[in-house]
Amino acid sequence: MKKHFVYLLGLVLACSSTSSVAYSIYVSNEKDNTISVIDGESLEVIDTIDVGQRPRGIVMSHDGKLLYMCTSDDNHVQVLDVETRKVLHTLPSGPDPELMALSPDGKYLYVANEDDNLVTVVDVEERLKVVEIPVGIEPEGIGLSPDGKWLVNTSETTNMAHFINTETLEIEANVLVDTRPRVAQFTQDGSEVWVSSEIGGTVAVIDADTKDIKTRITFEVRGLPPETIQPVGIKLSTDGSNKAYIALGPSARVAVVDMSTFEVEDYLLVGPRVWNLEFSPDQKRLFTTNGVSGDVSVIDLEKRRVIKSVKVGRLPWGVVVRP
Amino acid sequence: MCRNSTRAGRLLVLSPSRMASALGVLLGVVLFSNSVSQAIAADVEATVVYVTRDEDPHIPLSLLDLPAEKDGFLGVQLARNDNQTTGDFLGHSYELVELSVAVDENIVSAVSAIVGKEPAIILADLLADDVVALATAFSSSLIFNTRAQDDRLRNSDCNANVLHVAPSRTMLSDGLVQFLVWKRWEDLVLVVGRHDADRLFGEALKNSVQRYGLNLIEEKSWTSVPGARRTDSGHHNLQQEIPTFTRFKEHDLVLVADETDEFGEYFSYRTSEPRPIAGTQGLIPSTWHRSQEQWGATQIQRRFLKLAGRYMTPRDYSGWAAMRSIGEAVTQTGSSAPEDIRRFLLSDKFTLAGFKGVPLTYRGWNGQLRQPILIVGPRMLVSVSPQDGFLHPVSLLDTLGFDEPQSSCRQFR
Repeated sequence: MKKHFVYLLGLVLACSSTSSVAYSIYVSNEKDNTISVIDGESLEVIDTIDVGQRPRGIVMSHDGKLLYMCTSDDNHVQVLDVETRKVLHTLPSGPDPELMALSPDGKYLYVANEDDNLVTVVDVEERLKVVEIPVGIEPEGIGLSPDGKWLVNTSETTNMAHFINTETLEIEANVLVDTRPRVAQFTQDGSEVWVSSEIGGTVAVIDADTKDIKTRITFEVRGLPPETIQPVGIKLSTDGSNKAYIALGPSARVAVVDMSTFEVEDYLLVGPRVWNLEFSPDQKRLFTTNGVSGDVSVIDLEKRRVIKSVKVGRLPWGVVVRP
Repeated sequence: MCRNSTRAGRLLVLSPSRMASALGVLLGVVLFSNSVSQAIAADVEATVVYVTRDEDPHIPLSLLDLPAEKDGFLGVQLARNDNQTTGDFLGHSYELVELSVAVDENIVSAVSAIVGKEPAIILADLLADDVVALATAFSSSLIFNTRAQDDRLRNSDCNANVLHVAPSRTMLSDGLVQFLVWKRWEDLVLVVGRHDADRLFGEALKNSVQRYGLNLIEEKSWTSVPGARRTDSGHHNLQQEIPTFTRFKEHDLVLVADETDEFGEYFSYRTSEPRPIAGTQGLIPSTWHRSQEQWGATQIQRRFLKLAGRYMTPRDYSGWAAMRSIGEAVTQTGSSAPEDIRRFLLSDKFTLAGFKGVPLTYRGWNGQLRQPILIVGPRMLVSVSPQDGFLHPVSLLDTLGFDEPQSSCRQFR
């Protein structure tokens, strides 16, 4: 009898985990020094974890077990065990880490050090700083090509996207973009890099081979002053829908862009100072961090509608999903 | 656009696989290679002449405020370094020539000795009369006014070859008064100091109070000549003197116009009624303050502190913004000719990221840099103007200072 019960319980657990979308959303709250964990199904905050000071950029390990967090004011990267929700250890990131990317083999973190004009390469297993690459002033965005061979780093005051060869760790090209570039994202096939310029108000689409700017996407929301439209976060779909989503900062909008024509199709109203974006694993939903309103908007991408706002900590900044 | 330019870190350890083997070494040593872009046809050299005038050191009223060494110049130097970082990637170089003229030296001949008759780029960290003298004498040069806040330089005395990076007094007073409107602190009294600059800021405050429909209940002049700031038992005097001086009719706030820092600092906590102080002391409108760390300003504050060993002042910030404007123009146009820079800066292609949350641009009708105005208390940022609810068809920043219809400047048309 007892054996049967255990069997049944196992069956129930197995069924519930396959039938539901068992994923969670992790949000860094820059002002509260916490990470909010949101359940993907109930869309409720299920935990708030105390971490180091001023957590900003966050990255999930490829196996979903570790969360790397730029704890900027502590000048290091903290590593969170996602299961136990405890901080395991720190990584030497160089001063004021802000955004980062993990190499495809999961061994190296590429970290932008905003204060020191460096991109730092960190070995996450050995927990050592491997090398520092000098870049422009105030390095910010870090985009890694899908094959891991190219790292694109943006520098906010130099207004450039630096193309770094990850084999040689040399800068091989510098592309001037509009004022105060923030996020850099490669397309799935690696042929384009999309770079947002917060103060310039544009997104540059760079041909990854020729390093020419193919187009500059501009934005216009009726009734809003142009200076409030400040592109920051970029998510490029990989599910065949061919849509890009751009967070537009103080304008409280997310732009929906066709990735072939580069036309802006829609502006979705979220919360003010929307900065970063993340898809659900099936890419049917998009999560946005809204700094000023202190919440996360959940967008149904088929209906193109916000279906819920989830209150998190103060100044939510980064967002990642654990499948 | 620049291709194939390299300012790469040459590493002792070159590939990730070899990196791993060298982990014991901890950190690869990075060397700079000096090779510059093949794609940039010609190297560009931009020479900028910074001009200021010697003056008696200003001793702040509060013992806690330290006089700023090389006020203004160090902001310019920081921006030169910022520009040069970009320039290293592009083959552009920035040279900064520093000139300080003596108290009674002729400024035109001093600058002529350096630039001759050629069109030059001049940063004028000077008061109004000197700016006008340079603008007239060097009409083919591009001059950035990084200090003089006089409204006349943006109106009747404007000059098409001068761009104003420093705010006008009216931009500052509008920024402050917008905040008072938002607070509904409507009934105001004003105390104006004995200097011309005080009188000019007093006028600007009165104009803003009128423009935004607040009430000026009373105005008084502070005429005492300041004594030594270090006096034993000095507070006894002030504790008696200020309440007597400030017996005004019913009011919400005391405005002070004391640009040379002679008396305004005495008012807080000593007034007859418990009212806040604002203007040149107390709650102040300013283009820059150490307490401002929003919109990425943490980085420039730290960068400046590292370079200068002191905090960045508004005058440093103006110098920085002027030099960065030049850097943006040289970067984008590939030219260091003053007329090319001026044309670019006045075009809709120019935006400056000035750590204030919105793009900074120049007004096409009088060359004034548009910028938000910080509203700061002695130790904290309180607000940033323009305030919500003040609307403008072109730019919200044009709610601050003389707008195109009010400007009497015709030189730019």
